[in-house]
Amino acid sequence: MPTSVAEEYFPVVLQVLVAMAIAGGMIAASALLGHRVRNPVKDQPYECGIQPEGSPRERFSVKFYLVAMIFILLDIETVFLYPWAVVYRELRLFAFFEMLVFVVLILSGFFYIWKKGALAWSMEEKPREKQ
Amino acid sequence: MHPITTTHYLILSAALLAIGAVGVLIRRNIIIMLMSIELILNAVNINLIAFSRHYQDVIGQVFAIFVITVAVAEAAVGLGILIALFRNKATVQADEVEILKW
Amino acid sequence: MPANFVPPSGVEYIRVLPEIILAAVATLIMVLEPLTPAPRKRALGYLALAGFAGALAGAAAAGWRTGPAFSGMLEVDGFATFFRLLVILAGLLVTLVSFPYLRREEAESGEYYALLLYSVAGQTIMVSAADLIVLFIGLEISSIASYVLAGYMRREKLANEAAAKYFLLGSFATAFLLYGIALIYGATGTTRLNGIAQVLSDPRMAPAGILTGTAVALMLVGFAFKISAAPFQVWAPDVYQGAPSPVAAFLAAGPKAAAFAVLLRVFMTAFAPLTGRWLAIMWSLSLLTMIVGNFAALLQTNIKRLLAYSSIAHAGYVLVAVTAHSEEGVQAAMFYLTVYVFMNIGAFAVVAYFSRKGERYVEIEDLAGLGVRQPVLAALFAVILLSLIGVPPTAGFLGKFYIFQAAVKADLLWLTVLGLLNSAVAAYYYLRLIVIMYMKEPGDSLLELPGMAVSTRAALWTSAAAVVVLGLFPALIR
Repeated sequence: MPTSVAEEYFPVVLQVLVAMAIAGGMIAASALLGHRVRNPVKDQPYECGIQPEGSPRERFSVKFYLVAMIFILLDIETVFLYPWAVVYRELRLFAFFEMLVFVVLILSGFFYIWKKGALAWSMEEKPREKQ
Repeated sequence: MHPITTTHYLILSAALLAIGAVGVLIRRNIIIMLMSIELILNAVNINLIAFSRHYQDVIGQVFAIFVITVAVAEAAVGLGILIALFRNKATVQADEVEILKW
Repeated sequence: MPANFVPPSGVEYIRVLPEIILAAVATLIMVLEPLTPAPRKRALGYLALAGFAGALAGAAAAGWRTGPAFSGMLEVDGFATFFRLLVILAGLLVTLVSFPYLRREEAESGEYYALLLYSVAGQTIMVSAADLIVLFIGLEISSIASYVLAGYMRREKLANEAAAKYFLLGSFATAFLLYGIALIYGATGTTRLNGIAQVLSDPRMAPAGILTGTAVALMLVGFAFKISAAPFQVWAPDVYQGAPSPVAAFLAAGPKAAAFAVLLRVFMTAFAPLTGRWLAIMWSLSLLTMIVGNFAALLQTNIKRLLAYSSIAHAGYVLVAVTAHSEEGVQAAMFYLTVYVFMNIGAFAVVAYFSRKGERYVEIEDLAGLGVRQPVLAALFAVILLSLIGVPPTAGFLGKFYIFQAAVKADLLWLTVLGLLNSAVAAYYYLRLIVIMYMKEPGDSLLELPGMAVSTRAALWTSAAAVVVLGLFPALIR
């Protein structure tokens, strides 16, 4: 039986050390043993004949943020369903109506973003934005 | 056995609080400041869950759920404000925002 | 969840009537907003106005059936009812000021009114919270809506920056407050305000001093930010300057009054057993806030920034009442906050009207000659300014009188003396506004000043009348 905190977590420390040793060893071995050929083709990001297009630091459309944000918001709201489901049996109808109110509120938010065109991907579908 | 005690969680949470607070105070990129604030909120969650286990009381966990959802709402509003700022100013560096001295 | 769960009774729903009305109307406006063509957005504003009026009635009905609600999460007592009525009234007056402002700036939309309603709903939840969880949720509903409102003019750089600054510092402060709440939960094992007081006052159960001390300090930082007390006031002038004037009026009224209500409730009930430890901090906080607010206001040339610093100074006066830590102090704080809400909304209503499209005229010098061109408006503004100074017989005088009376009774002689000196300093910058208004030759810019819209006029008259009436008949709300 382990007798101290240090002893108890010794296996974890050992595992971390072994993992680091293996990873470090492989990098070191390839640096020492492998021989290196440098030419433009080798230095390309994809070494398979496909020409890279544009810069990797390209800016993304702000629509990605919008959709991601809306997704996260609606996604996180479902977290309330878990405790609700746990106590549903005890609270019965009361819980049902409480969740109904909650869902109606979420849906009215959803209706708003939908009608406002936040979910429309291309400009044509989007209702004309008010100035 | 030497289980992880409430004290361990408190130390972890205090460390996160310190990292978050320092992050808000010294970093000038607004998005990183926002992330630091999220870090503090997660420190709070660790505290709440640790205390909840300590007292065998469910209130702390319920509180943590509320903190998570509110944090998301806050982050969404914050990002919205940042996008509006970026469209007008093309910067997210807090000290380049100069009309109102920082 | 305990097995002995009882669903809330009918009367408990009456106790949350204002919140139900505010949230329902706000959501209705959000749903109707995309369906309403641009020229008819004003109708949504009228709906919001009706919502506020309904909520006022609801709060009155709730105040008539006082008691706890929802397993004791809310405590609808006289204190809560008072502040509920106050913040709803503030929302109503701000809506009135917003009508002509939004039309002038061509920025009318349902979202503005919905956010206003949500924010006020958050404040009514805050002031009736009996549990730290509910308190936190109310605070966040109120704050998140006000972050958006501050940046409502999203094509204005100044508004963007104001919103960004308000958001970052605001959520930073909330995070601290929350950490304090988590620690106090850890120290006492409960989030109920009276439960915390019980544990803290019981010497056998008293938790580690360092834990409670840290918790109280962190929570105080969070509250100090929300009431813009020095040294956590840096955001206020910038945010008030960048935000649209009606929103600035709102930020200085509703959220501030609600934050003070929460501060009073938490420190007078939950942390009452620790009074000896936080009183000295509150003392220095109030003195510093008064000094910073008043002396910085002396240097301002922008009216909105001046009013922001004046709002900081007034928070300092209310903190004196909190420091007095007595029933009288609470009464004085309640009276002062009421008067302050009216004075502040009245002053910002004038700024909202006077600044003209794009808020071009917000310098103090722009007021020159207003007394000649618009005598009635100038007279009303002067009454409000005199009340801000604290000249009898206005309510501002009585408010200060009650606060310092409570302070003297609590043996805070030094704080009283320094506070009175501070209000003497304050007289200078308010009087300067009156002097410029009446003594200076009007500039050409005043010629193009259109008449004041009926709704702004209603808000201004209400504020000025309230200041005078409360000054003459303080018994109405005491």
